[in-house]
This record gives sequence, structure tokens and C-alpha cells, in this order.
Amino acid sequence: MPRGIELRELRKTYRTSNGPIEAVRGIDITIEPGETVALLGPNGAGKSTTIDMLLGLTPPDGGTVSLFGEDPEHAIARGAVGAMLQSGELIRDLTVRELLTQIASLYPRPLDLDATLDLVGIANIANQRTQKLSGGQAQRVRFALALLTNPELLVLDEPTVGMDVESRRAFWGTMRDAASHGKTVLFATHYLEEADEFADRAILMARGVIVADGPTTEIKAMVGTRTIRATLPDVPAEQLERLDGVTHAERRGESIALACFDSDVAIRALLAAYPQVGDIEIGGGSLEDAFLELTA
Amino acid sequence: MKKRTTYLRYELVRTLRNKRFFLLSLAIPLLIYVLVAAPNRTDRSLAGTGVSLRLYFMVALASFGAMNAMLGAGVRIAVERSAGWNRQLRLTPLSTRAYFGTKVLTGYMVAGCTIALLYIAGGGLGVHIAAGNWVKMTLLLLVGLVPFAALGILIGHLITADAVAPAIGGLTALLSFLGGIWFPVGQSGVLHYVAQALPSYWLVQASHVAVGGHSWNGTGWGVMAAWTVIAARLAMRAYARDTGRG
Repeated sequence: MPRGIELRELRKTYRTSNGPIEAVRGIDITIEPGETVALLGPNGAGKSTTIDMLLGLTPPDGGTVSLFGEDPEHAIARGAVGAMLQSGELIRDLTVRELLTQIASLYPRPLDLDATLDLVGIANIANQRTQKLSGGQAQRVRFALALLTNPELLVLDEPTVGMDVESRRAFWGTMRDAASHGKTVLFATHYLEEADEFADRAILMARGVIVADGPTTEIKAMVGTRTIRATLPDVPAEQLERLDGVTHAERRGESIALACFDSDVAIRALLAAYPQVGDIEIGGGSLEDAFLELTA
Repeated sequence: MKKRTTYLRYELVRTLRNKRFFLLSLAIPLLIYVLVAAPNRTDRSLAGTGVSLRLYFMVALASFGAMNAMLGAGVRIAVERSAGWNRQLRLTPLSTRAYFGTKVLTGYMVAGCTIALLYIAGGGLGVHIAAGNWVKMTLLLLVGLVPFAALGILIGHLITADAVAPAIGGLTALLSFLGGIWFPVGQSGVLHYVAQALPSYWLVQASHVAVGGHSWNGTGWGVMAAWTVIAARLAMRAYARDTGRG
């Protein structure tokens, strides 16, 4: 049986001037070959530290990392890993094409350069020097860099951070075309939608531990993110729970509270079914809040 | 085989394209040499060393330029580190050995240019050396740059980008002054002993080969080897540790 990614009892504590910070507190993750997994969590959850340990960039204080049965160093040495890290500029004084050629030359079976440039939509800037690129362009070049190496494991640490909604959609569209051929993909994000649309499975992290791990549909239901509050007498809660987008409904006197996994859909459904509804508030429901609830 | 050279080729291209770095590396030693040696081109034996001023300073400034070029690799490493590029590079199959090797060869490329340029300038000012001695002296200079290559990499991985310029500037000044690049150190006294422990001193001593003198003695080779081994060990350690974010 081919072995995938195995993290066992992984922990990391950073020493800071304000005392030690336990960034990762003993986590276990298993990813099968070919699986696409989202590592989901708010800032400070330990996602990046976990990824750094998985890639061998940060030595763990405890626990083990195995990539396809090898330690990260060996897996990387044979070109099995491609990564798009969260931050990082490109080195200067090369064109985009030259930089990609240079890095691709280190890998045993890179993809076709021109095809990758087209796929990521950067063929038009292929001959520009890297130091002249905009932030968004550089981000796409870094993405191309990760794809081009054609790895078995593709790791993306918050690849869409700083992108607008449209760019994010385009990015995941490209990922779907490019990386769905039997690759193992792990990406960190704090957008539930990204996990939902792209991953088979989501692992939720908060304050250094895993709080949930399962198919994205399950995770989505668990963190039913937004709450609609309104005044609506005389409609039983069970009936409200049947509205599209709603996971759970509660009534207190004349007011109702609907926990929604999709508040946009839910509010439309609510207004259509009960036009008399008043005092509507949509609130809370940030992923952070959901995590706090889950970990409380 | 072609694949192996692709990475190196673009590193060299990148260095040449960084025009300010490259041209300044060449221009400064050349300028100093011409300013010092041109007015004193008839001096036959500088401070009793038996080496003419124009030859002594040709070698001294070639050493200075080459030393700067090798240590300059450290500046570039520090800048790449602060940009986060090093973390990206570590996720590629590029081995530590190939990474170091590329940095060293890049340093040698710039060093080779600066040495060649100083030779041309020296020739222009009337430095005449037998062909065999040119070759011997050049080989000695090239070997003498090895410890500086290791030092450059060490500093690049130890010091952050904002502090690397003064660090390397200070080190270069110290090594130049105490090593006899600006003026020959005497044949006795404390300074003479201090100088002998420095790789820069032996680099400059290569000029004696040009006039048929001996190459390095045992102390010379020992000092060079010790600096190389220690700096390379420390550089390996610094590189291995240096994986954190920002």
C-alpha cells in the first residue's frame, strides 16, 4: 500500500520575550496519497508552523513527520515536494521565464514551461524581470513555480491571501485543472469556502490543536458560521430549520435565531417564506467565533 | 549534465545583471590602484620588501577586490534570506553542496574579473613578470580566496540583511589593514604576528612569487587551511539552522 503523509504527535513551542508560545500541541494527521486536504483555522492556529514542520523547515520539538515513508529532507531531495509558502519575494535580476527555467532544472520531471505559463495566466509577463512585478503577479509566479515542479505533494500555505474574490476563484479554477491528477494536495486557509469548494477533507486547527477532521460537508455543518436574528412570532422553530441554508433554529419568545451555513441563501429563503419578518440582524459567524465555540 | 549547469548559469547571469554590485566590485580596486600606483610607478622596492610599488599594489588591490567579491556573496545571501527566497530554495532538490558550490563559483567569477582587470592595469603601468610566475601567482591568489568564500557564506547566513553591509565592510577593512593591503606590514613586531594569522596577509604575499620569491611557507598554508576549515564548518552549521521564517 502506498504511504501518504503522516504526522505523529507533532509539537512545537516558540520561545518569545513574552514567555513560551505553544504553537502546535501534539497533533496527528494522516493524508492518503491523492487526497486534497484543507488545513483550516484562524490566524495563530498553528497552520503555518505545522506546514513548516511538515516541510522540514522547522524542526519539531516532538513527534515525527513522514512524507511517503521518508523524512522531509529525502522526499524534497528527490523532487517529490512542491510548495507555495505564505510569504517570500522572488529573487531579482531574472525574467519570469528564466527564474522558472532555473528552478525547474532542479526537478526530475517538471511540467512544460509554456503550458504552465498559460495555465497560470502569466505568459504575458514571461519576459519581465522579477523585481518589476506587482504583488499579484509575483504571487502567480510563485504559484507557477510550485506547479511547474510537478511534485507528488503540493503544499500551499494560504495561497490566496490578499487576493480579491475574483482572483481567488480564478486561482482555485486553475488548481482544479492543474493539480487534480493524482497529486496529494495540502493547503492552509482561513476561508471556509475555499476548503468547501476545493478540498475533499478539512482539518480544523485552533490554538495548536486539531478540533475537527472530516469531510468538508461535515465540517461546514459543524461550524454553521453565521447567525440570523429576527423578530418573527408564530412560526415554529422546526419549520424554520427546513429553510435553505439553515442548520439550526431556535426561538426565544418572539425572536428567532438561525444558525446558517450559508446566510445569503438563508436570508432570501426567510424573506420569501415570511415577508412579515422584522428587526433582521446577521452577525457573528466568523470562523474564529466558530472555533472558539468548538474549542470552549 | 545540462540540467546541472542550468541552475549555475542563471546564478551567474543574475550576478552580472546586478550592475551596481558587479561594476562597483571592479571599479573601486581599479581606481585605488591607479591613484596609488600611477604617481609612484618608478618605486623599485616598496618599504624594503624587494617588490616594486606598482607590483605590490597590483597584487594587493587584486586581493582586495577578489576578497570583496567573495565576501560580497555573503551580502547577496543575506538579502535573499530576508526576502524569504532561501526557504523556497530549500524545498527544491538543490543540495547544500550544490548551493554552496554555486555561491562560491559566482564569487570566483567576479573575483576573476577583478584580478584580470588589475593585471591589465598593472601591465599598463609597466609591471613585467615571467609567464610562469604570472601563472603561479594567479593560482596562489585563487587558492587564497577559498577561506573568504567560506567566510562570505558564513556571514550571509548569520547576519540579517540590514546589518550585513557594515559587518562585511568592517571585516574587509580590518583584514585589509592588518593583512598589509594598504601598506606592507613590517618584518617584526606585534603587527607582523597578527598579520600572519590572517588569510588576507597571505593573499598579498603572493606578490613575492612574481619576482621569483618563495610561495607560502608552512605557516601560510596552515593559516589558510585553518581559516577555511573553521569558516566552512561554521557556515554549514549556520546554514543548517537558518530555516526559520523572517
